[in-house]
Amino acid sequence: MASSRAIRSGAGRDPQAPVTNLVLLRLLVSARLRSQLAYRGSFLSDVAGQILLGLTEFVELYAIVHNVSSFGGMTFAQTLLVFGLASVAFALGDLLLGETDSMSETIRSGKLEVLLVRPLPVLLQLATSDFQLRRVGRLIFALAALAAALLFADITWDPVKVLLALITPLAGAAIFCALFLGAGAMQFWILDGRQFANAFTYGGRYVASMPGAALFFPIQIFFTFVIPATLVAYAPSLVILDLDGPAGIPVWTGWLGLPAAVVLSGLMLLLWRAAIKKYTGAGG
Amino acid sequence: MRAYWELAKSSFRRHSTYRTAAVAGAFTNSVFGLIRASLLLSAITTAGGAIGGYSAMEAATYVWLGQALLAPLGLFGTAELANRVKSGDIAVDLSRSVNLTASYWAQDLGRAAFDVLPRGLPPLIVGAWVTGLAMPGTPGPYLLGFVSILAAVSLNFLGFFAINLLSFWVLEIRGFWMLYMVVMNLLSGFLVPVTWFPGWLLDFARATPFPSMLQTPVDILAGRTDGGESLAMVGLQILWLAVLLVVVQMMVRFGSRRLVVQGG
Repeated sequence: MASSRAIRSGAGRDPQAPVTNLVLLRLLVSARLRSQLAYRGSFLSDVAGQILLGLTEFVELYAIVHNVSSFGGMTFAQTLLVFGLASVAFALGDLLLGETDSMSETIRSGKLEVLLVRPLPVLLQLATSDFQLRRVGRLIFALAALAAALLFADITWDPVKVLLALITPLAGAAIFCALFLGAGAMQFWILDGRQFANAFTYGGRYVASMPGAALFFPIQIFFTFVIPATLVAYAPSLVILDLDGPAGIPVWTGWLGLPAAVVLSGLMLLLWRAAIKKYTGAGG
Repeated sequence: MRAYWELAKSSFRRHSTYRTAAVAGAFTNSVFGLIRASLLLSAITTAGGAIGGYSAMEAATYVWLGQALLAPLGLFGTAELANRVKSGDIAVDLSRSVNLTASYWAQDLGRAAFDVLPRGLPPLIVGAWVTGLAMPGTPGPYLLGFVSILAAVSLNFLGFFAINLLSFWVLEIRGFWMLYMVVMNLLSGFLVPVTWFPGWLLDFARATPFPSMLQTPVDILAGRTDGGESLAMVGLQILWLAVLLVVVQMMVRFGSRRLVVQGG
């Protein structure tokens, strides 16, 4: 946490201006970034690891797709579009709120109390405390995959599709942020339940990056209308590629990504509030 | 020997206290099983019968056995040793009158023994109910499968232990850990069976110990291989076990000479 002196000495800042959350946020993030870049060797190996992680997620898809002419009704380039959109969304969500995944650790070690006594929203602190630049490695690979897909997937663009393609990664990122938030909140009640939440966060990522039509029907329904994972990439891809959806994910759900992101974020923020209110401390 | 037995037993007890974690793990592994099974089955249906030697039923069995064995085989690993190097507690470990590797190995076997039922059974039950399982009807595959599981637990333990031991040389093992996890997950056949890979990747995977860490026990248990083949696969596992054991022992030997623990 930046001390008040560090804030006052902030370069180019009017010392009389009030310290807003935005100023603090900028200070926190820039301090984080500088500290991560300090150990260059360790940082580069981390970035390489993240790129490799994205690569194996791609090989996982490729290992299935190269055996068949179409997977879940999609060609290879079309599955790559789903994979690319989902990866970009997840990389962004993970970058912002991936930290809440290990909330039980934060609670158990007493770190949460430190966060609570500071005059900043806990969520803002969590987001900045884990602004891990190495996770950018994942984003780089995801963007490359998306670019390749846009190049090879043979899309007939119109303004509406362009709009959808622009909204989709942002709505998807918001959906993953909300899922991470819910996962973090849940761990206030079930301290050992981190893996439980992984079924929805990492399970959601897995579902989001695959053609939804390849899933069992009840799984399609669950991961579309309860946990909106297929809305992150698959459903919008159906619209962009002019394809028909399976029974559980009709093509009109392609436009549900943004509303789902708004509703889910709202619900998960309420849950998070309740979780913070419920927290009574461990006598730290 | 007695000391290691006691270590294994106490590790079993330690893990048996985290019941919520076991339930949560079983739930998540079942959900992932549902997703993986549907993806593989969909691909097999499109391909018209079988991919990489796996029919629909065999692929489903492969997924569910993999999800069941994931936790017992220790595919997630633990960074306990690296943390103890960081905190300096490793000095206590090294001054004990038990072998460092053997004591952690015994504890890992104790953990695996506990994980088998609470984390292994639920995915199998879900699998039997949703897709059905194709399990062999003779005792042979189960007997050899048990040996193969023991070998795979040990291989996974030694693999992660080697990564942990790197902390004798470097300050932060996170990058190496991540690299190992990523490569192991892919090449062990956890995500898709290695025989589904394109040829070049399959050859590469077979030149590493990773398929011995998951795919081998799963294939043997499912009765995909006949007695002779299964024996050869277990033999290969034991060969890799010997190789990794030598590597780990060398690392302990040279690493503990380098190690400097601050304070005292």
